[in-house]
Amino acid sequence: MPSRTGARSSRSRPELGLLLLGMFVLLGGSLVPLGAASSADAAGGSTGKDAECNKTKTEHNITKKAFPVLSLEYGHVKVPFEISLWVLLASLMKLGFHLIPRLSGIVPESCLLISVGLLVGLLIKLAGEDVPPVLDSKLFFLCLLPPIILDAGYFLPIRPFMENLGTILMFAVVGTLWNAFFVGGLLFAACQIPQAGLSDVGILPCLLFGSIISAVDPVAVLAVFEEIHINELLHILVFGESLLNDAVTVVLYHLFEEFSLVGSVTVLDGFLGVISFLVVALGGVLVGAIYGFLASFTSRFTSHTRVIEPLFVFVYSYMAYLSAEVFHLSGIMALIACGAVMRPYVEANISHKSHTTIKYFLKMWSSVSETLIFIFLGVATVDGKHKWNWTFVTSTVILCLVARVIGVVSLTFVINKFRIVKLTTKDQFIIAYGGLRGAIAFSLGYLLDCRHFPRDMFLTAIITVIFFTVFVQGMTIKPLVDLLAVKKKQEAKRSINEEIHTQFLDHLLTGIEDICGHYGHHHWKDKLNRFNKKYVKKFLIVGERSKEPQLIAFYHKMEMKHAIQMVESGSRLPSAMPSTVSMQNIQPKIPPALPKPAERALPQLRKGREEEIRKILRSNLQRTRQRLHSYNRHTLVADPFEDGLNEFLLKKQKMIELDKKIKEMTTYLTVPAAAADSPTMSRARLASDPQSYHVRPTADGVPSIQVDLASPDSPDSVKLLDEFRQAEKQEQDEDQGLMMRPPSSGPNKPGGKDEAKEQQKLMRCLSDPGPGADEDEDEDEPFLP
Amino acid sequence: MGSSSSNLNTIPNSQELMQETGFSAAHLLRLYERFEFLDKDNKGHLRPEDFEAVQELSTNPIGDIIIGSFFSPGQETVDFPSFVRILAHFRPAEKNRTRDGAQPEPANSSTGKLKFAFQLYDRDRDGKISREELLQVLRAMLEMQVTEEQLESMAERAIQEADLDEDDAISFDEFKKSLEKVNIDHKMSIHFMK
Repeated sequence: MPSRTGARSSRSRPELGLLLLGMFVLLGGSLVPLGAASSADAAGGSTGKDAECNKTKTEHNITKKAFPVLSLEYGHVKVPFEISLWVLLASLMKLGFHLIPRLSGIVPESCLLISVGLLVGLLIKLAGEDVPPVLDSKLFFLCLLPPIILDAGYFLPIRPFMENLGTILMFAVVGTLWNAFFVGGLLFAACQIPQAGLSDVGILPCLLFGSIISAVDPVAVLAVFEEIHINELLHILVFGESLLNDAVTVVLYHLFEEFSLVGSVTVLDGFLGVISFLVVALGGVLVGAIYGFLASFTSRFTSHTRVIEPLFVFVYSYMAYLSAEVFHLSGIMALIACGAVMRPYVEANISHKSHTTIKYFLKMWSSVSETLIFIFLGVATVDGKHKWNWTFVTSTVILCLVARVIGVVSLTFVINKFRIVKLTTKDQFIIAYGGLRGAIAFSLGYLLDCRHFPRDMFLTAIITVIFFTVFVQGMTIKPLVDLLAVKKKQEAKRSINEEIHTQFLDHLLTGIEDICGHYGHHHWKDKLNRFNKKYVKKFLIVGERSKEPQLIAFYHKMEMKHAIQMVESGSRLPSAMPSTVSMQNIQPKIPPALPKPAERALPQLRKGREEEIRKILRSNLQRTRQRLHSYNRHTLVADPFEDGLNEFLLKKQKMIELDKKIKEMTTYLTVPAAAADSPTMSRARLASDPQSYHVRPTADGVPSIQVDLASPDSPDSVKLLDEFRQAEKQEQDEDQGLMMRPPSSGPNKPGGKDEAKEQQKLMRCLSDPGPGADEDEDEDEPFLP
Repeated sequence: MGSSSSNLNTIPNSQELMQETGFSAAHLLRLYERFEFLDKDNKGHLRPEDFEAVQELSTNPIGDIIIGSFFSPGQETVDFPSFVRILAHFRPAEKNRTRDGAQPEPANSSTGKLKFAFQLYDRDRDGKISREELLQVLRAMLEMQVTEEQLESMAERAIQEADLDEDDAISFDEFKKSLEKVNIDHKMSIHFMK
């Protein structure tokens, strides 16, 4: 096998992908029959072993065989092996799609994945084997769904979510109820048509079916909406709805399932259903919040065991989900609540690296999960025993669409009376069109008892609806969005002005509300913030970090960002930037090569060098990326700088100290052609990487220079300096690049005793390649690097 | 509310006010009741002390600035029409109003709201937010949690970002531009209760 791929590696990439696919499928297909049911074997094996011990020891007449040098025993690794194979397949598929140039632009990934699943299922069937029951409900609900939901909940943009909570709840609760009853009821009517031959399907099974099919699916919505980059409001509306309707679905499902067996529903049952809904929803949120607080509290004490910090986040969240499921509460809402509650506190407590780890792991798991879900959908489609009934299926599809449209339009009409920013027709269309169904519906259908319900028919219809929504709606939504000129997600480079003014306006509105005696939105938000600041933060956040005001945090974040960008763009700094960046002579010399000529000379401020940095940035920045709070699966651009600021603050203080010190020095280190060596840059570089605070020496061939320990933070700065230089010189001249030698250009004043021009020990301790590099990569490509 | 129309007559110039500010009769009445509530001594106008009596305002970092905004420069009292005019800025904007060019910009439009906010920064009303004015606001908002030099560098940074015509101050247009991504209608509107 390896040789085959080797021989053909020269061919085009799609073929390679298909070849890999074929290889793995055959491998998988051939291995499936090597054991009967997966768990049966293992279970049988273990009890068998115990039983064996108690058997008589009379069977000693085992013939002596040659000692097996190489043997094959597949049974005991079967399950993990197959799981790994599937995961590998999914990941390779993901890779493959993005290698094919235009495909990912036209067809959303979810469609491609379902197609792959269909293909795999077909291949397995053709090979004559049994398709494994991949979309087994237990597997789905316990393993595949939680990572996606946790990812969504952890990175949920709280502000827009809370601002639109009323609307979201209306859509989620009332909309789903309406959908369920409308579809269920009319389907029952359709079943009564004599030609359909469905007259044995009662009203309650129909309603049950309606409740299964009516819920908008978060996985599908995420998969499709992420690629269309729609504006924040619409995204959060549809997405929030898909998350919150879980509670409704759970209640309706259990309600109708129970009562289908009994055969009738009374008013009391309906009333209990309503109570049950409240319990399920609020209970789920409560459970999630409790675990969230536990996680935050635990993270307060992890300063000595940083390595396992991410584990707490994951395990507590998963426990929240499972605990909610124990009581038949809404696990999804528990997970969302847990993630959203714990995030601000945990992030203030954990280290930068842990934060990165959590981010990456969540995205990775959720990505793989999503891929697997779609592939499995395809496989399960091929596998299922389908019962196609024209009437049922077509009426389901049509009714779903109609119900969605009517529901959205009428609800918007009501909601708009209470909203300040009304929803336009275009918005309504997108909301209606974005109501995709997905794997949750399928799994719920799969759970049905086939003795009481026409399960096969239901499953067929569900799959048809899913396919329709994912393929037709998923593929056409992007061109429609462009056609209707719906507002897209703004490239929101959040400026400090915006931040200052937004906060100012918040305070202003709160004040005005108080004057009017109106206890509105701002009032309660303000109260919550105060409570949070006064009591909760002190309790859950370690040490001094609880006191940092938000505005300052934001400001430092920006500074760091800019420093990083500056360093990145530093490698592109034209050598026309000669700049003797003098610490004392703060007049920035802007070289004429810079495209932005109108830089005014700043008065001699201590901050002058910061000014210069900013000017350099503004003129030379080529890639100004916004680090958004990302709920986007495919790009990991959640803010890396949200935490670790505290370390940065300390450094900043030190920098300022250093500044003062330097001012006293007469000589000053001149920056050579690339303004790389300037203590400015290095300090900024240092500032940009808070994790550099934890210095770890590595010995992998990085040339080292000694540090002059005169400066308080030289190890870090110098290490970063090396990073920077290497980037700039493209990793040539490793030796030379490390010396802070004055190069030939310009009047060089060797000095700068703090950044010693002698040996400086460089340590490369950044284990992840630096947020800058990653970030840009992430933004460019829609899949995980 | 059958009684509203009769009470409306106690409010002087109520029709004019409604016309000018766009408040409905019910809203206006409610505001009048609030005005009377704040005006404890029944003077018919409000003084700064009356505003300060509102408890939550004392914990608001920019409480003083807000109170100050109600009073025109030099004046020490606020009568009901002025009160209403200021609050009119916070009415949700109507989208479909047809405006002829001659009408002045309504107070509750985006621009009107922004102008109001701008004036809160720009105390000396010279049309620009100077560094010092920005520093004052920042100082008030950050309530001594940061050092002076951090404040200065923040203010410096803010001015640099926003200041496009390089005059070391933020004009109204620059202010508007820096807030272009924020939905001002949404941000600066209060849902007045009926």
